[in-house]
Amino acid sequence: MKDISVLIGGRAGDGINSAGAVVAWLFSRLGYYVFVSTDYPSLIRGGHNFTMVRAADHPVGAYNDRFDYLVALNQETLDLHAPHCPDCIIVANADQVKKPGSGQTISVGEILKEESAPPVTGNSAMIGAFAKAAGIPWKTLEEVFTAHMPKAADENLRVARRAYGAVNTVRPVPVLGKAPLSLITGNEAIGLGLASGGLDSYIAYPMTPSSTLLHYLAGNAERLGITVFHPESEIAVILAGIGSAVAGKKTAVGTSGGGFCLMTEGLSFAGMAEVPLAILVSQRTGPSTGLPTYTGQADLRFVLHAGQGEFPRIVVAPADAGEAYVWSDAALRLAWKYQVPSIVLSDKSLSESTYSLRYEDLALLSIGERGTAGDNDVPYRRYRTTLSGVSPLAFPGTTGAVVKTNSYAHDEDGITTEDAALVAEMADKRRRKETALIEELAHLPCVSTGGKTDAPVALLCWGSVGNACSEVAAELGLRVIRPLVLSPFPDRQFTDACTGVERLIAVEENATGQLASLVKEHGGRADATVLKYDGRPFTPEELKLRVQEVLAS
Amino acid sequence: MTRNLITPAQNTWCPGCGNFSIQHTLKDILAGMENEGRSLDNVVLVSGIGCHAKIADYLNISTVYTLHGRTIPVATGLKLANPELTVICCAGDGDAYAEGLDHLIFAAKRNIDLTMIVHNNRVYGLTTGQYTPTSPLGFKGKSTPTGTAEYPFNPLELMLAGGATYVARGYTRKMPQLAALIRQGIAHKGFAFIDVLQICASFFNMTEYYQSRVYDLAGHDPADFDQACKKAREWDYNRDAPIALGVFYEKGYPAFNDRFPLKKAMTAEERQQQIHDLFVAAT
Ligand code: SF4
Repeated sequence: MKDISVLIGGRAGDGINSAGAVVAWLFSRLGYYVFVSTDYPSLIRGGHNFTMVRAADHPVGAYNDRFDYLVALNQETLDLHAPHCPDCIIVANADQVKKPGSGQTISVGEILKEESAPPVTGNSAMIGAFAKAAGIPWKTLEEVFTAHMPKAADENLRVARRAYGAVNTVRPVPVLGKAPLSLITGNEAIGLGLASGGLDSYIAYPMTPSSTLLHYLAGNAERLGITVFHPESEIAVILAGIGSAVAGKKTAVGTSGGGFCLMTEGLSFAGMAEVPLAILVSQRTGPSTGLPTYTGQADLRFVLHAGQGEFPRIVVAPADAGEAYVWSDAALRLAWKYQVPSIVLSDKSLSESTYSLRYEDLALLSIGERGTAGDNDVPYRRYRTTLSGVSPLAFPGTTGAVVKTNSYAHDEDGITTEDAALVAEMADKRRRKETALIEELAHLPCVSTGGKTDAPVALLCWGSVGNACSEVAAELGLRVIRPLVLSPFPDRQFTDACTGVERLIAVEENATGQLASLVKEHGGRADATVLKYDGRPFTPEELKLRVQEVLAS
Repeated sequence: MTRNLITPAQNTWCPGCGNFSIQHTLKDILAGMENEGRSLDNVVLVSGIGCHAKIADYLNISTVYTLHGRTIPVATGLKLANPELTVICCAGDGDAYAEGLDHLIFAAKRNIDLTMIVHNNRVYGLTTGQYTPTSPLGFKGKSTPTGTAEYPFNPLELMLAGGATYVARGYTRKMPQLAALIRQGIAHKGFAFIDVLQICASFFNMTEYYQSRVYDLAGHDPADFDQACKKAREWDYNRDAPIALGVFYEKGYPAFNDRFPLKKAMTAEERQQQIHDLFVAAT
C-alpha cells in the first residue's frame, strides 16, 4: 500500500494553505488519492501554521502522526515537527532556518532576487525543492502550475525551476499513473450538494469553520444561480432564511455552535411554522468561543435538542466530502418534502479538509418531491391536516392564496388558536410528518457499516471521526457502525447493523460520549468509550493504540 | 376578486385600543389597492409578537406572524426571495426598539424596500404593563414600580441617523393622516418608517396628552435632512413639547433590492452541468 505524508509548516501569513494545495495537486496528478488538513491558530499573522498532505493509493480521510517529508519554511517548523519524524526527508528555507539538520536547504530570498520575482512566488521555490526531493517529474509541476495559477504560472515556474535544480532526489514517490480526481473540501462539497438539491439562497454570518461555505457560494453565486446574503447576525440569518423559504425559495443557512445558539429561536419558529430550511452547523471546540479553528464533536446533543417545544427535525452527519455532497442534497430535499428544518452537522475536520472525489461516483439519493398546492386546495389552507401531516405548500404571490405562516399555535388556516383540541391536533399533525419521514428514511442508507462487517467487536462513531475508525478497523479486523442520520434516529437500521456485535466501542471527539448516550436512549449499549476533546482529531495511530487498550481490558 | 378583508378570527383587543385604528386604516388602504386593480395576492403583512401582532390574524391577506423583534429579518428574506412582493411590517415599540433594534437600524442602513409601521404605545401591553424603550423617564410600570431610571429613545432621530429614506410619525386618533402616511410609505421605494403614536387604553392612555400637543408638519421640506433632524428633536418622547405629525424626511435612493445582484434563472439540468464543471475544474 502506498501511503505518503507531507507536512508543510511556517508562520501564519506564509501561505502554508496554498502551498499545501499545490502539493496536493501534484500527488493527484501522479494518480494518488489525497487528503489535506490544515492546523492553524486563530490569528492572521504570526503563530505556527502547518498543512498536512496525505497521499495514498486508496481513499483517506485522516492525517497521520508520522511524516515522510517535512517542508520547513521556518525554524519553528523544524523544532516542533522534526523530532517526531526521525527518518523524514527535510527541505527547508535557508533564509529562515538556522539548523537544517540532515535536510537540504535553498535560499528563497536569493532565488527571488535572481529571478526578480515577487515575494508571493516564494512558496513555489519550496514546492520546487520538495518536488525534486520526492522525485516528482518536472512535467507534473508544469501541469499543476498551468492549470491552477494560469495568470502567474510562468513566474512561479521560473522560481520553482531554480529550486528544483538546486536539490537532489532523496526518496522518490512512485508514479501511480491514474487519472487525477477532483480535490474538494467538505464545505465545498456541502455547497455543491445544496446546489444540487435546488438551493436558491444561502444566508450566513461569518463564523469559522462554516465561513468557507459562505465564501465558496458567494464566489460561485452567479455561476450556480444562487443568491448569497450576509446580514447583521445569526438571528437575522435564520429569520431571513425563514422569510426566503416562506416566499418559496429553497434556502440554506450556515454557522458554527455559537451562531447556532443565536439561531435556536428561529429554529423553533421553523418547527412550529413548518418552514423548510437547511442549516449547516460546523462544529469547533467549545464551549463558548472555545478554540475557533480546531475541531470537535460536542454539539450533537445541542442540535438534536435546540429550540423550545417539540418538532421533527432532520440531522445528518457526513464523514467525508463525498457523503457531504450526497447528504446535503438530501437534507435540502427532505426539508422541503416534509416542511421541517434539516441540519447538516459537520466539524472543522470535515469542513476545511480536502478530499479526492470523482463526480461520477457520487450517487445522489432518490427523494421525490411532495406535491405543492393544487386545484383541490381552494380556499388555500396553509396547515391543512393530511394523513402524512404534510400540508400542500403555497407561497405569497400565488393567485388567490392567502398564506398565513404563524409562530403561535394555529389552526389549519394559520390563525392563532388556544383551543385545547386544536392545539393537540396540530401537534399530532407535526408528529405524523416525523412518522412519514421515518418511513422514507427507511429506504435510504442511514447507517454506514464498514470494516469487517461480521466482526463481533465494532467501533461506533459519527461524522468525520469515521475516517480514522475505518483505518483502525481495517488493521484490527473490527466492524465500524456509523449512523449518518441522527434524527430521526434510524432505530431499525442501527439494530440490523449491530447484529452479532458483542462489544461496541464508541469513538467520539467529545468528553461525554454523546452518541453513546443517544444509542442507549434507543435501546442500544456502548460497552466502552474512546474520547478525545483537545481540539485535534484522532490520528489513526493514536486511535489504534487507544482502541487496543480497550480491547486488552 | 374582491375578498372579505377581515378574517373570522375573534378580535381580542381592549375597547378603545389604538390598534383598531391601524387595522382599519390598513384595511382601507388594501381595499383601495384592490379598487385600483392591484392584486392583494402580492401583499404580505409581517408582524412581531405583542398586542399589535394580532393584526396578522385579523387581516385576510398573506401574513407571517413572526417572533418578538423579528419582523424585519423575515421581511428582508421575503423581499430578497420575491422582489415583487409588497411587504408591510407591523411591529410594537418593545418589539422594534428593544429586541429588534439591531434589525431596525440595519433595515434603514440597507434601505430595504418595505414599510415599517411601529405601533408605539410606549408600554408593553400583552405582558401587562412594563416600560419600553420609548416610555418616558420615571415611568412606573410593573417592572419599575418606582419609575424607570433611563431616558427614552427618540426613534425618529435614530432612523434618520440610520439612513432611513422615509421617516414619518402618525397618531391613531388622526386616521386620515395616518392613512396618507402609510400609503405614501408603501409607494416609497426603499425603507419607509412610520412611528405611530398609539393609544393603549389599558396601560398607558396618553389620549389627553397627545390631543393637546400634536400638530401637522406644514411648510416643512421633507427633502431637507437637517430640517428633518431639527423637527425630529423638537419632542424627544420625554420632555413636554409640541408633537409634530407627518413626513419628516423623504429621499429617493436606490433600494437594497435594486442593488442586490439578482440570480439568473437556471434549470435543474443547467445547474447540474455547472456543478459537474466545478468538480472538473477542481481536478
Ligand atoms: S393592552 Fe393596550 S395595546 Fe394591548 S390591546 Fe389592550 S389597549 Fe391595546
